[in-house]
Amino acid sequence: MATQEARRTMAEATDKKAYVDPRPPVIGPGYDFNSLTNKIADIVLMRRFQKGWVFGFGIAFLGALLLFNTIAYLVLKGVGIWGNSVPVGWAFDIINFVWWIGIGHAGTLISAILLLLRQSWRNSINRFAEAMTLFAVACAGLFPALHTGRPWLDYWLFPYPNTMGMWPNFRSPLMWDVFAVSTYATVSALFWFIGLIPDFATMRDTAKQKWQRSIFGILSMGWRGDARHWHRYETAYLLLAGLSTPLVLSVHSIVSYDFAVGIIPGWHATIFPPYFVAGAIYAGFAMVLTIGIPVRKFYHLEDFITLRHIRNMAKIMLATGLIVGYGYLMELFFAWYSGNTYEQFMMKNRMYGPYGYMYWLLILCNILVPQLLWIKKFRENLFVVFLVSMFINVGMWLERFVIIVMSLNRDFLPSSWRMYTPTVFDFSMFFGTIGFFLTLMFLFIRFVPMIPIFEMKALLPQSKVQESKEDEKAKGSEPLGGALPQFGD
Amino acid sequence: MRQEIEEAARGRSGREFWRSLEELADTEKFRTFLHREFPALNAPEADPAMLDPTGRRNFMKLMSASLAMAGLTACTRQPKEYIVPYVKKPEGMVPGKPAYYATSMTLGGVAQGLLVRSNEGRPTKIEGHPDHPGTMGGTDVFAQASVLSLYDPDRSQSVTYLGDFRTWGDFVTAFRSALDGQKPRQGAGFRILTETSTSPTLAAQMQKVMAEFPQAKWHVYEPATRDGAREGARLAFGEPVHAVYQLDKASVLLSLDADFLTNGPGAVRYARDFVARRRLTGGAKEMNRLYVVESTLSTTGAKADHRLPLKASDVLSFARAVAAGCGVDAGAPGPLSAEAKKMAEAVARDLKANPGQGLVLAGEHQPAAVHAIANAINAAVGAIGSTVILTDPIEVQPVDQAQSLAELVRDMNAERVDLLLILGGNPVYNAPVFKDEKSGKALTFLDAMQKVGLRVHLGLYVDETAEHCQWHVAEAHYLESWSDARTHDGTACIIQPLIEPLYRGKSAHELLAVVGNEPGIPPYDLVRNYWKGQLGESFEQTWRQAVHDGFVASTARAPKAVALRSDWAATLPSSPAKSGQEIVFRLDPSVYDGRFANNSWLQELPKPISKVTWDNYAIVSARTAASIGLSPNDEPYHANAKMVRLVHEGRELSMPAWVQPGHPDDSVTVYLGYGRTRAGSVGTRLGFNTYTLRSASAPFIATTGVRFEVGEGNYQLASTQEHFSISTSDIKSDFMIPGEDLEARHIVRTASLADYQHDPHEALHHGAHKPGKELTVFTPWKYEGYAWGMAIDMNACVGCNACVVACQSENNIAVVGKDLVTKGRIMHWLRIDTYFKGGAVNPEVFFQPMMCQHCENAPCEVVCPVNATVHDAEGLNVQVYNRCVGTRYCSNNCPYKVRRFNYLLYGDWDTPSLKNVRNPEVTIRSRGVMEKCTFCSQRIMAGKIEAEKQNRKVKDGEIQTACQTACPTEAIIFGDLNDPESRVAKLKLEPRNYDVLADLNTRPRASYLAAIRNTNAELGNGHGNSHDGHAGGAKNHG
Repeated sequence: MATQEARRTMAEATDKKAYVDPRPPVIGPGYDFNSLTNKIADIVLMRRFQKGWVFGFGIAFLGALLLFNTIAYLVLKGVGIWGNSVPVGWAFDIINFVWWIGIGHAGTLISAILLLLRQSWRNSINRFAEAMTLFAVACAGLFPALHTGRPWLDYWLFPYPNTMGMWPNFRSPLMWDVFAVSTYATVSALFWFIGLIPDFATMRDTAKQKWQRSIFGILSMGWRGDARHWHRYETAYLLLAGLSTPLVLSVHSIVSYDFAVGIIPGWHATIFPPYFVAGAIYAGFAMVLTIGIPVRKFYHLEDFITLRHIRNMAKIMLATGLIVGYGYLMELFFAWYSGNTYEQFMMKNRMYGPYGYMYWLLILCNILVPQLLWIKKFRENLFVVFLVSMFINVGMWLERFVIIVMSLNRDFLPSSWRMYTPTVFDFSMFFGTIGFFLTLMFLFIRFVPMIPIFEMKALLPQSKVQESKEDEKAKGSEPLGGALPQFGD
Repeated sequence: MRQEIEEAARGRSGREFWRSLEELADTEKFRTFLHREFPALNAPEADPAMLDPTGRRNFMKLMSASLAMAGLTACTRQPKEYIVPYVKKPEGMVPGKPAYYATSMTLGGVAQGLLVRSNEGRPTKIEGHPDHPGTMGGTDVFAQASVLSLYDPDRSQSVTYLGDFRTWGDFVTAFRSALDGQKPRQGAGFRILTETSTSPTLAAQMQKVMAEFPQAKWHVYEPATRDGAREGARLAFGEPVHAVYQLDKASVLLSLDADFLTNGPGAVRYARDFVARRRLTGGAKEMNRLYVVESTLSTTGAKADHRLPLKASDVLSFARAVAAGCGVDAGAPGPLSAEAKKMAEAVARDLKANPGQGLVLAGEHQPAAVHAIANAINAAVGAIGSTVILTDPIEVQPVDQAQSLAELVRDMNAERVDLLLILGGNPVYNAPVFKDEKSGKALTFLDAMQKVGLRVHLGLYVDETAEHCQWHVAEAHYLESWSDARTHDGTACIIQPLIEPLYRGKSAHELLAVVGNEPGIPPYDLVRNYWKGQLGESFEQTWRQAVHDGFVASTARAPKAVALRSDWAATLPSSPAKSGQEIVFRLDPSVYDGRFANNSWLQELPKPISKVTWDNYAIVSARTAASIGLSPNDEPYHANAKMVRLVHEGRELSMPAWVQPGHPDDSVTVYLGYGRTRAGSVGTRLGFNTYTLRSASAPFIATTGVRFEVGEGNYQLASTQEHFSISTSDIKSDFMIPGEDLEARHIVRTASLADYQHDPHEALHHGAHKPGKELTVFTPWKYEGYAWGMAIDMNACVGCNACVVACQSENNIAVVGKDLVTKGRIMHWLRIDTYFKGGAVNPEVFFQPMMCQHCENAPCEVVCPVNATVHDAEGLNVQVYNRCVGTRYCSNNCPYKVRRFNYLLYGDWDTPSLKNVRNPEVTIRSRGVMEKCTFCSQRIMAGKIEAEKQNRKVKDGEIQTACQTACPTEAIIFGDLNDPESRVAKLKLEPRNYDVLADLNTRPRASYLAAIRNTNAELGNGHGNSHDGHAGGAKNHG
């Protein structure tokens, strides 16, 4: 698809010879096919491990070990090791689930939606974002699976024929969650893997070691760069992109139903689906930047992840952040306009109750700080963008705390009101997943080409020359309509 | 002996080996050997070192024991057990079908009639005895929880001498020889100390003992003495007559610090009679009126139509003021606040306006003077003979217990006692502090007791007293032994056992039989022989009937004609002029005087009003707290209570302070019964021992040498409910948003009687919204057969907690411990919510029992992903434990938050004796599943099966839930809503009926009947109204 797109862009360029793209390119100058392949493939194929990588991986892996230990203890003892209680039946477990799922949204959005919208600048960050999605979904999936009282019976949530004659309850949003998240995880994994096949083939061909060649050979599934391969590849990729696009919207909508379908004030709100989706994209881009900015620096990928990428992502964050802010505003409005005593109390309690500081921190992190991105200078300042993205990461976590814990801890009957206090295991589980996530990211960076080589090649001027010739032959058979405007300055 | 075992073992092999060793282990001889060699295996409490679970000695002992016993412990095969089928089934015994036996439990010596359920020979559940004059079918918390005490693994399990195991025979020999030593001196050095007793058999035995040892003395003591009442009666009438109240005849009641609804003899019956005049059902429009003047906010105070918080030491002045208003000259009252004066006048007028229907009750811990004045007022307003009946005392030894104990301590201290027999009770722990006459120094019971040559203790536990007695004899629980006792009106009750003594415990009767030199007579014969002498003609028939009924018919004490002495007021002390600070000692609502300290159901029972579990604390008013520098807790939710240091006569005690709305200023109330050092694995080292502050001279109200100040540090109290007022008020204003109120939620609906009579709907339900039945997207359920429902009368609920323990007992509900209560993990399916209305100085209090409401549109059912909580054809919301994976979504979505989750493995699956206490009809829940009230589905099933066998429908009242049967006031009614003639269906048509959170359209099957207060127009609406001006009727809100 990407090549196709490049082809089409080129075709357009040949049609309107006078047109010169005024925007900075999305790939640095001075690369040819070879140097590009080497630059990206070397990170994977080099023999030694860099000290920085080993150090980072070591720390992250300690976090992962913390997670594994916590899980072992959790399964042995029960969810009572956490601070959850009655009335706060869900706390860190579901907060973390929603937080991770939200983070997992950027990958699919970048890969699928931006692909369909022909935002070719996405080419350098999509694999990276997809991997992030996959790992975030893996972390997210841990929580609903382990938060149940008897995790070994989780499979009862799946509709499968059984001798008990029992069927799950299709009225329950948790049931919908099972489908939404598992579908999302499957499609994301497929999408990621299919996108990797041509690059695995490149790696196979570039690798010097025999074992490397055989592993990459297996992974590339017999890819030879045949035209028919390319044709099928692009059809499959396009189909998967089409499949993933509604998923970006559906997953977090369904996650939001967990709350919106509930009766609890602070949960029961119709605005939740769009507001959650926007929040997810917001969080996802923040995480892409949080990881991307340091990686760009350490692996000297400034030529592939350019300032234009950073700027574009900052703009998306700004836009989705405003949608999220609108969501907060609407919650306030609904509480006032409904005249419902529970809703009104809930909003007052959020702002002035015992956890009020959490709400104001949320406003600071998610609404106030990101407004810096209106200013172009800040959008281009890597440090500021990184800082803002960190604020958003924290803010999105706080948002879920506000929604989940602060709605549950004071609902209808004041006799059941109770404060929630997390335990050390709540934190070890949370930080453990961060460690696990980073572990996977480190492994990904080291063992898989983190930037799609072939898609980057398509962005090189070299490919355009050749393709324009091909393109002339193929003229008239162009499957897609006219050019879409490119996002960004 | 060991050689014998080893030899026996060596001689055999294979399977035989194990079997023979076990057979060997089953012999008496072997058991004695085991006891002697390895005491730790059987009774860890016998040795203090064993109490420390990590102790090295403990470890070594257990290790050596297990090595020696390797033959037993290393066996991986199932132990050989023999099942014995009934060759001939005992008559009336149907396996799987429980049997019920009538018996009685005594507390403070007074019997409470009970029916006890027995499953295959194990007593498992205490039920009320509907025909018993003392209860009329209700029970209290202590009776409900007593079945757990029976199976308590920490109970004393044998006879010990200096901590070593002995046989009963050893004891009898040793004790007899000591008694023989007393013989020549006619028992001059022999003392017997018992608790309050009403047992006729015991009295007869004591008579015999006294005849044999004429110089011996019988002392009586327990912390809950009724000395004040006894002495007050003596002052007023010249003899210690016993008062039996007829609350169903009383229209105007004044409680002078009397918690008569939940405390003292006959409380269960009194609560029933009191509420009988407040039901307002079936068109009734009239109610009695209760005035309460009290220091500690009690459940009785919570039910008051007018309540006045008054220091306990000022109650005397108030009583005098009322007496003056009633035309009784009882001396001049001390200074009283304008509010108190106004109330006293109003009460006096009300009493005079209702001659023969008024009643004044004085609190048991109030001094004799208050009781005397109460008696005089009762005489003046024509209450005597009508609402109060005076009879001969029901106790067998009606002495002044404080004096009796003081006398014993004096004798012991003077080394005049050689042999002390303590029959029950724990005086080392719960006696007050005395003063040494010679040195003037403080003298404890223990100091004096240690000067006695031989000390013998009979008790359920190896407690603080047993620890300091040479001989200790394990006592039989009341469910294990024969005895008798009298109920509050004097009716004699037969206490029959349901089970053989689990640990071969002995009763007081058996010990006294030894003293009377007739050992070996079984307790059954002792009791039976006594009654044989009493019942005379046709004994067998009467006896059978009495044992069957649990009481001997028409043995209630006859009314006694006594007249008020003319000079009764002459010796009354004058009213205190200006009162300073005071400490009030009260019995704990959960562990009583400390005897139930090892009962985890009671420990985890939220105390009425404060809802604190597992601890005692010092109750102070907000103003006093502020004045001594205990500023209101700055942490939310009482998480950390500040410590307050209490000083009385130079003795100090630091304990956590609890700021209680409705408590008088300059007064601290402390509960007795905590700080036990030898209670058992549950109760040891919980809370603070307030007995150490208590003087013999001022057992209940300490006013001299009292000081309280801020202590150091904080203390974690585990409360199950935070305190919020339903109206705007200064209660917990730190955590409520200013100006916020909860009235618009219409959780508690209440009105004054006048408003209710005028227009019930307007008074109670104004502004409340109930959406139409059709407003749901799901198809409504149809209930063709039964439709189970419940109605709870908040006017009747006295907040006594009996239902909570009954539910725990019936449904095998786990205890989680203090730490987890703090975390919000308490498992009670039924809780009693307490709400305040009005200011912190004197709020109105409302109790709302809250359990699964069995909603027809249940929010929990929709969200369970695995269909583990489903609706049944009779409208029950059913929780399927097997199917539950534990997502907790149902609990989150429950607006009533009545679901309870097994966050950890809470049930005790290992302790063998505790397996017996469980109801076999109810599953023990494992970790990771949700549970909640089932409306006692096992009882519904049993009732339906019974009805189906007879091919009929279930009759109304045939199925009763556990909470319903325990309730002393019939506040909870369960039944079939499809039967228009059922009680519950009729209650649902009452104008007071409402659903909690009706606006959510959950359509709960449990509904509530609003609380109505019969306020006196003269005193304004509600409780004392001199505070914040916010108290008032329900605010109108959309």
